[in-house]
Amino acid sequence: MTAFAEKNTAISGVGMSEVSRGATKSALALTADAALEAIADAGLTRADIDGIATWPGERADGSGFAPVGCAALQDALRLEVGWYAGGGEAPGQYGAVFNAIGAIAAGLCRNVLIFRTMYEATARKTAYANSLLREGQRQAGPFVWYAPYYTYAAALQQALFFNLYVHKSGITPEQVGQIAVNQRRNAALNPNAIYRTPITLDDYLASPIIATPLRLYDCDVPIDGAAAIIVSRMDVARDLPNPPIRVEAIGSSMRYRNSWTQLAELDTQAQPKVAEMMWSRTNLKPADVDIAQLYDGFSFHTINWLENFGFCERYGAKDFIAGGTRIALDGELPVNTGGGALSGGRLHAYGAVHEACTQLWGRGGERQVKGDPQICATSTSGGPLAGAMLLVRD
Amino acid sequence: MIARTLPVIDRDNEAYWTWGRDGKLAIHRCGDCDYFVHPPVPFCPRCEGRNVAPRAVSGRGRVVTFTVNHKAWVPGLRVPYILALVAIEEQDDVRLACNIVDCHAGEVTFGMAVEVLFEQAEDLWAPLFRPVQS
Repeated sequence: MTAFAEKNTAISGVGMSEVSRGATKSALALTADAALEAIADAGLTRADIDGIATWPGERADGSGFAPVGCAALQDALRLEVGWYAGGGEAPGQYGAVFNAIGAIAAGLCRNVLIFRTMYEATARKTAYANSLLREGQRQAGPFVWYAPYYTYAAALQQALFFNLYVHKSGITPEQVGQIAVNQRRNAALNPNAIYRTPITLDDYLASPIIATPLRLYDCDVPIDGAAAIIVSRMDVARDLPNPPIRVEAIGSSMRYRNSWTQLAELDTQAQPKVAEMMWSRTNLKPADVDIAQLYDGFSFHTINWLENFGFCERYGAKDFIAGGTRIALDGELPVNTGGGALSGGRLHAYGAVHEACTQLWGRGGERQVKGDPQICATSTSGGPLAGAMLLVRD
Repeated sequence: MIARTLPVIDRDNEAYWTWGRDGKLAIHRCGDCDYFVHPPVPFCPRCEGRNVAPRAVSGRGRVVTFTVNHKAWVPGLRVPYILALVAIEEQDDVRLACNIVDCHAGEVTFGMAVEVLFEQAEDLWAPLFRPVQS
């Protein structure tokens, strides 16, 4: 197989700040906590970090969506780096990782600090900071065609896609609810999770409808927190304390119409092409995967990824998740083992990477998946955004 | 209902948001190969032609997908309301975000035949759709 650049990189350390529904620290302080923990976990010091990457870069709009960028963190930690990048036009949140892989391959850096910070819990305590729309202002950008139609949140676009999926697949609310129930069960075993009290399928069915068919328990939970990972060049990673978690393959394509209205396959979202690219860069197959940390901004995303990664056939997720046993911690494919964003908190795919490494390094404590899991598939995003990675512990 | 939040108008999207004044739904179309180009841009991705300009279409279409919103996201927002993507009759892959009006929330269906109407908001006319009056 061709020597793809990602195969020369590995995750060498991870870190996570306190995650809460209302932080006592600033967003930058949370970011520093996560970054310093990741640097120490990798067996490195600040002086070893020679690259910084984040997604989507600092957005000083008060929404809490991306309150910290490369420059603020660089200065806070007085890092001296050869390369940095933070920008939103990328294959979802993992675009920062894919950029780092390229920068390492280009010889620009060896140890890249990658982070994602959210401060949405605090932001939402003031006004309507989460709204996609700015009332009283004319709108531009990717959601502009939705602007006049009271489309205040991503939940509405996702509900459009989800409803078509329900229509085509015949999935029932009882089947969809297994995602939320499974993740809350896992969160109960994760001391860092936001919501740890188990829920039943009846609780799920009783949760309010946001926009049909999307219920409250299908939505992730806004938090204040930060997660960080260190991606190192493979020869560097091999000299560090943690067994390298190799980036075996990535999916980063845009071989489809990247549009929230014109995306051809609304019900599968952009994921099939991205998954196809990832599998084309490895000899591993879906059956080789031990655990999956699948994007769950909405539970529908997780259901989509089960199919699009090939863990089950198209419109087969309803049978795959029925009863919840296959996706449980002791099932054939444990999914979102730390509670995911639905119950663990919306760290926007970086909670998922952190959990992937936690499991692959055997640090899961009460929620550790048995049998020494070695291979994890992980993914980001919905609508026309998607990114995927296959991680393998040496 | 509270005011609609409106788009920034530019040379490409102006016809879409203003031709409703005359009751017309404007979609860009290639004058060489007849392909409808949406969102509007004066380039045809099918034949690479530059002869692309807004044309009035029939205003009829079908509901590709929809959702009934129940959450009151901001004060003054009346719920439930229907958000939908409608494919125009002339070309299946031109999809317009819209509200479906004159339709009970429980009555909207996949594939439902709809027709355009316009609602003025400031200096613009927002295309909306309603079930075809049979």
